[in-house]
Parts: sequence; C-alpha cells; structure tokens
Amino acid sequence: MPLLSVRQVSRFFGGLAALTEVSLDVRKGEILGLIGPNGAGKTTLFNVINGFYAPSRGDVFFKEKRISHLKPNKICAMGIARTFQVVKPLRRMTVLDNVVASAFLRAKNKSEATEKAFEILRFSGLYDDRDILSKGLPLGKRKRLEIARALATGPEMLLLDESFAGLNPTELNESIAVIKKIKDRGITMMVIEHHMKVIMSISDRIVVLNYGEKIAEGTPAEVGNNPLVITAYLGVAENAAN
Amino acid sequence: MKKYPPLIILALLTLLPLVGLSSYAMHIIILVIMWSVIGMAWNLLGGYCGQVSFGHAAFFGVGAYTSGILYQKLGVSAWWGMPLSIVVVTCFSLVIGFICLRLRGPFFALATLAMGVILRVTAENLTGFTQGDLGIMIRERTWVGKTWYFYIILALAAATFLLIKKIVESKLGYYFVAIREDQDAAESLGIHTTLYKTIALCVSGVLTGTAGVFYMNYMGYIDPKVVFALHDISIVAIMVVMVGGVATYWGPVIGSLIMVLLAELIRSIPALGVAYQTLFGILLIVIIIFLPNGITGDLPKLKSLFRFQRAS
Repeated sequence: MPLLSVRQVSRFFGGLAALTEVSLDVRKGEILGLIGPNGAGKTTLFNVINGFYAPSRGDVFFKEKRISHLKPNKICAMGIARTFQVVKPLRRMTVLDNVVASAFLRAKNKSEATEKAFEILRFSGLYDDRDILSKGLPLGKRKRLEIARALATGPEMLLLDESFAGLNPTELNESIAVIKKIKDRGITMMVIEHHMKVIMSISDRIVVLNYGEKIAEGTPAEVGNNPLVITAYLGVAENAAN
Repeated sequence: MKKYPPLIILALLTLLPLVGLSSYAMHIIILVIMWSVIGMAWNLLGGYCGQVSFGHAAFFGVGAYTSGILYQKLGVSAWWGMPLSIVVVTCFSLVIGFICLRLRGPFFALATLAMGVILRVTAENLTGFTQGDLGIMIRERTWVGKTWYFYIILALAAATFLLIKKIVESKLGYYFVAIREDQDAAESLGIHTTLYKTIALCVSGVLTGTAGVFYMNYMGYIDPKVVFALHDISIVAIMVVMVGGVATYWGPVIGSLIMVLLAELIRSIPALGVAYQTLFGILLIVIIIFLPNGITGDLPKLKSLFRFQRAS
C-alpha cells in the first residue's frame, strides 16, 4: 500500500499544461527522486501535493485519504511537510524561533515546542546558530533550516525541493548526511534534485518528468540507462554518441 | 530585574494624580495613555502579524458609537459600552476579516482604508441611528475631575500591555510573526493563516474599540468626522507605532508619548497658525528616515549617536 499516491494529475495554467496525467506512488520509508529538465513540472507537482495548487484533473491520496483540494495547513497537519526551492526563512526570527514556530503544530505548550526545536536543531547541525536571525544565515544553512523547520512539524513524509542546489562540497556532504539520518527515522521522502551524483546515491527509486509528463520510473541504474531520459537531458542519442 | 520596570512605571503612574497636576497636564497624560492603547492594539495586527491596517478608526469609531448609541437610545450609562463593545467589535471584526483578510499586503491596507471611509460616510448618513453630523453628546459627565478617567485608562492600558505580552510570548505570537514573515511558508508549516489573522484582527479591533468607548465617555462628544477620521485616528495609530518601534512592547507607549507631546507643542506655537500640520509632517518624515525601526527599535543607534557627540 503506497503512502502517497498521485493519480492521473493534470494541472493547467491557462492553455499551458504544466502537468499531464502524472501518476506515481511513494512507498513508505523510501526516498523517491524526482528529476527532469528545467520547467518539467517538478515543483508544480510538489505544489499540487502540498495543496498550494488544486489539480485541474486527477487526485492525490495520502494514506488512502483524498488530499487534493485541501488547504496546505491541513495537509501539513496530516503529515506532509515541504521545503522550498527558493528558501523562505522567517527572516526576522532567530533560527530557534523558526523551528519553534513549526514545532507548535504538534506541541501542547511552549516548553514542549522549544524542547522539540532543540532536538531538531541538534539533529540537523544548526544548534550553534540557534540565536542568529535567519536572514543572516549563509545559503547552505538556510537550506538546512528549511529541512529542520519541515521536520519540526513532525511529518511522516517530507517533500524536499532542491535542498542541495548551490551548496559547496562540504555543505553538500553535511546535507546528505542529514537526509540519510532522516531516512533512518522512518520518514518517507520525495526529493527534487538536479545534482545527479546526489540523486543517484540517495534515491531508492527515481521518477523522471519532461514537459509535464512522466517519461520514466525505476531504480537509479534503470533510469540512468533509459534512452528516453538521456534524450530528454542530452538531446538525440545519436548526437550524444558521436 | 527585567520584570520590574513595567511595575515601577505603573506604580509611579498610579501616584501621579496625588501630585496635583493641572487639569491640562492630566488631559495630555490621559491622551498619551489612550493612544498607547490604540498603538499597542495596532501593533499586534500590523507589527506582529504584519497586516498593516489603514482603517483602525473604524474599530475606534464602532466602539465609540456602541457606547454613544447605548446612552442616546437606551439612556443607560455610556460605560456599559465597555462590555457591549467587545461583542459588537468582535462581530464587526469577523465581517471585516472575512472580506479583507483574503487580501495580502498593500491590498489589505487599501481595503481597510476603504473600510474606515465607508463607516464614516455610513455614520454621517444613518441619521436616525447615529444622529449623523449632529453627533452624540453625553449631557451629564460621570466625573468633573480627571482623576478617575486617568485611572480607568491606565487600567485599560495595563491590561492591554499584559494581554499583548501574553499573546506574543505564546503560540499565537509565534504564528503571527511567522505569518508576517512569509505567509506561504507559514501555511505550509501547518499554520491556518486565515484563522490566525482573524484572531489578530479581532483582538486588535476589540482593544481599539475599548479605547473608543473610553473616548466617548471622556470627551463626552463624538461625531463621524472625529471618530472615523482617517488622518486623526487611522494614520496616527500607524505613526504612534512607527515612531515608537514596530513589534516591540514599549514602542507604542513611547511613540504615543512623543506624538501627543509633539502635536501639542507644535500646536501651541501661535506664529505657526495652521502650518503646524506641515511642520508636524516634516518632523515625522525625518524620524522615519533616520530611525526606520522606531525609537525602541533603533535604541542602540541612538545611544551610539549620543556617545559620539560626547566624545567629540
């Protein structure tokens, strides 16, 4: 039984089809990589799952309950948290307060929320930066703050939108380590990533989108050898071979 | 130690009437405290929750008129407006919130601006209910002296201060600030943004409304142009907070102190005539340019400025 099931979802913006009949399942405990060239509809798919957009057609089910057409805060309360590609830190709040604000979703009182926040900050390696205003953080840590904040809402499933983009190699390794630890906690993840090395190493399965359509699905090795995928990324296969 | 300054200030203020200040001085002090209440109320919605309202005169006026109409139509003491206005302004805020809170940023500000104007025009034309431009006058004042008015507004201000402090330090406060900083992020963190914005609007509106009730009782006369005024109420509510310090506990208090005193001071220079408003405006522009975070917010900057002057 899949944890999340996207069934035949289409999303149109005016005459533009950002997503066309996309179906995919996410199994409990796995990391599903979502890749595709720019404009393939990856973030749109996240926005549909997360509730920012209602699907034009099709439905999304989470634990067998229909969640399409619910508001983002309801979906988050059900257990799906997300990060943003363009980071959205609560700028004039400290790192700690950012996480406390998120932890309130499942905490009964402030001390419980603060305790939870401290635990998450240690877990994600931001503990030493807890008193900094989040607008003063470097990009790598801001991306990790996004993850920490999403984790603080106590999700069963995490949607990570390019949490590795623009990081230097050290930051990259730290973030990969955090993702692996999150997986060990039994949290299911869907990851959008352009960094091929990262996506190939952390994903259990990969789904490829191109022009809003799903063109491939499988293990990293299968997807890497799929001619359709190579065409989407590199152009026509013969040219690449020459 | 940090807990004491508010208590000390409160204690000193309770002793103030014993000093035997002139009636004029008491009037100014009462105005300062009343504006702190309005400022603190605006600050909760505009400063903490980030929903900038240009129409707080609406809440002020609805509070004042609740009290005034109660007196006019039913002949009971206008002070009963205090409890009743809480109910009336809450209902009013819910309606306003339902309409305006679906708008964001500048659009919300414009909608509230319109709301204030609409209410003024309504109050002017609903003559059977509000007496229109004739206004409502309380013929027998509760007290001749200022002392009791002073204590009542002081109690109201202290209660407002405490309430806002409690709110800001609780889950509500965190949610308000999260909504101010990024509404989409807040929504995706499981915060029901519409609900919490409505709560902020209701609390802010009710507090402003009680200040309106006090105004009715204290001044004894209201008309639509006075209590629904854009530049004398709505804009001043914003300025009090901007000058004092946005999203700080003491900002509105300090802001109202400066604004009321400044306004009185400039108005009392006879040579200026009507030009006092121009001068007032220029002074405010200067304050906003040099202290964008308000006096409380830019305290370190102010301190370093003074130190620099002493050193040179």
